[in-house]
Amino acid sequence: LYPGHIPTSPLQKALLAAGSACMALCDPYRHDMVAVLGETTGCLALPNLRDKMKNHPEGYRILQERPRIRLSTLDVGRLRGLPDGTLGREYVRFLEDNKVSPDTRMPPKFVDDEELAYVIQRYREVHDLMHTLLGMPTNMLGEVVVKWFEAVQTGLPMCVLGAAFGPIRLSARKLQVLATELVPWAIRSGRNASCILNFYYEQRWEQPVESLREEIGIFPPP
Amino acid sequence: VYQVFESVAKKYDVMNDSMTLGIHRVWKDILMHKMNPSPGTLLLDVAGGTGDIAFRFINYVRSVRERQLQRKLRHHQNLSWQEISESYQEDKSKPLGDSQVVVCDINKEMLKVGKQKAQHLGYSEGLSWVLGNAEELPFDDDMFDVYTIAFGIRNVTRIDLALQEAYRVLKPGGRFLCLEFSHVSNPLLSRLYDLYSFQVIPVLGEVIAGDWKSYQYLVESIRRFPPQEELKAMIEDAGFFKVDYQNLNSGIVAIHSGFKL
Repeated sequence: LYPGHIPTSPLQKALLAAGSACMALCDPYRHDMVAVLGETTGCLALPNLRDKMKNHPEGYRILQERPRIRLSTLDVGRLRGLPDGTLGREYVRFLEDNKVSPDTRMPPKFVDDEELAYVIQRYREVHDLMHTLLGMPTNMLGEVVVKWFEAVQTGLPMCVLGAAFGPIRLSARKLQVLATELVPWAIRSGRNASCILNFYYEQRWEQPVESLREEIGIFPPP
Repeated sequence: VYQVFESVAKKYDVMNDSMTLGIHRVWKDILMHKMNPSPGTLLLDVAGGTGDIAFRFINYVRSVRERQLQRKLRHHQNLSWQEISESYQEDKSKPLGDSQVVVCDINKEMLKVGKQKAQHLGYSEGLSWVLGNAEELPFDDDMFDVYTIAFGIRNVTRIDLALQEAYRVLKPGGRFLCLEFSHVSNPLLSRLYDLYSFQVIPVLGEVIAGDWKSYQYLVESIRRFPPQEELKAMIEDAGFFKVDYQNLNSGIVAIHSGFKL
């Protein structure tokens, strides 16, 4: 159906979902397992997201044009040159501070619809921008917070599971901060915000982060 | 095929245990018992990568040797203390009794994992690791007492060439042993086996090794491999005599054996 697509039977999807869930918990470095879990359990949430995108003018354009966020397509130098506080500048700062790259996102393999495969790919690539907009680093705590936000926003079972089980590996002190401040804020923002996949981020590099947050509906981070 | 095993090398043993639920260990043990090597045997283990057969060989020969030594002691009860302790020195220096195993594999990564395993498990004597192609072995004629290829021959492009090479490097009187996946004739078992192979194994590959495609390839290559009788005929064509096979688990796996006379 699309490059990298591996057709799977329902039994295989079920086994993959169970196996990847266990593996992701046992070995948190297996990001590919988180990806597989998302793909095999997303059959309800993904069409939902796709419809949300179709019904929104900017989201619809994204579905048509299918932009990809990759180092080869981003002009990192230009983005770094943008004023502080703009999306582009803060995004590049985030990538450099946390030493991550948008190219490490797994391409989808087990989604059986070509358009839905793009939707999940877009979700993965936008994840780093979520970190930037929420102001969360890529440590375990930051990831869990972003997962809570994404769980509310997307309804993907993988996000819900990640949000619920991620905190298992956190210390008590961090759990406290998580429970009292961060998670409630993430949930409120997630509820209040319009669908994050409906924003053409590549055309908004110059927009200040604060203004974009307001536009989407994300409350300022604590 | 080379790239498949490059990516597969590190997780090879873990995957084997998960896919066969540990039964592959029993299959390899049976192979070793069938071989029944005595101390002083020179074994060539082809496609032996991570060393499973080689380590079993060493263990087997070591225990046979120990029993040999114990029997010798019982017969020497009329010797003096000094003579007995002197014979200890002699025998201690040869715990394997001059047995040797050469592990040959075409893939460097597999050999690397094997060497690390050997170090980790404490195997040092009697082991050699050689890079080589089963279709064109880097050894001279008439060198080895036994040639084994366990779960390797199905990955060889020209099986007939590998069999010819096996014949060449074996000494007259030497034995050829092949342990490989084969055909299940029982229809019910065959359907269950197919279901398990095609539904579960690639999933295991993806979850444990992050590699669906290599294990999909594995399952397909097993189906393409010649069945028991056909392999027997091919072995006979290479010049082996007294060729026979033994089915394990109703044909999921088979051990083929032949002699160079």
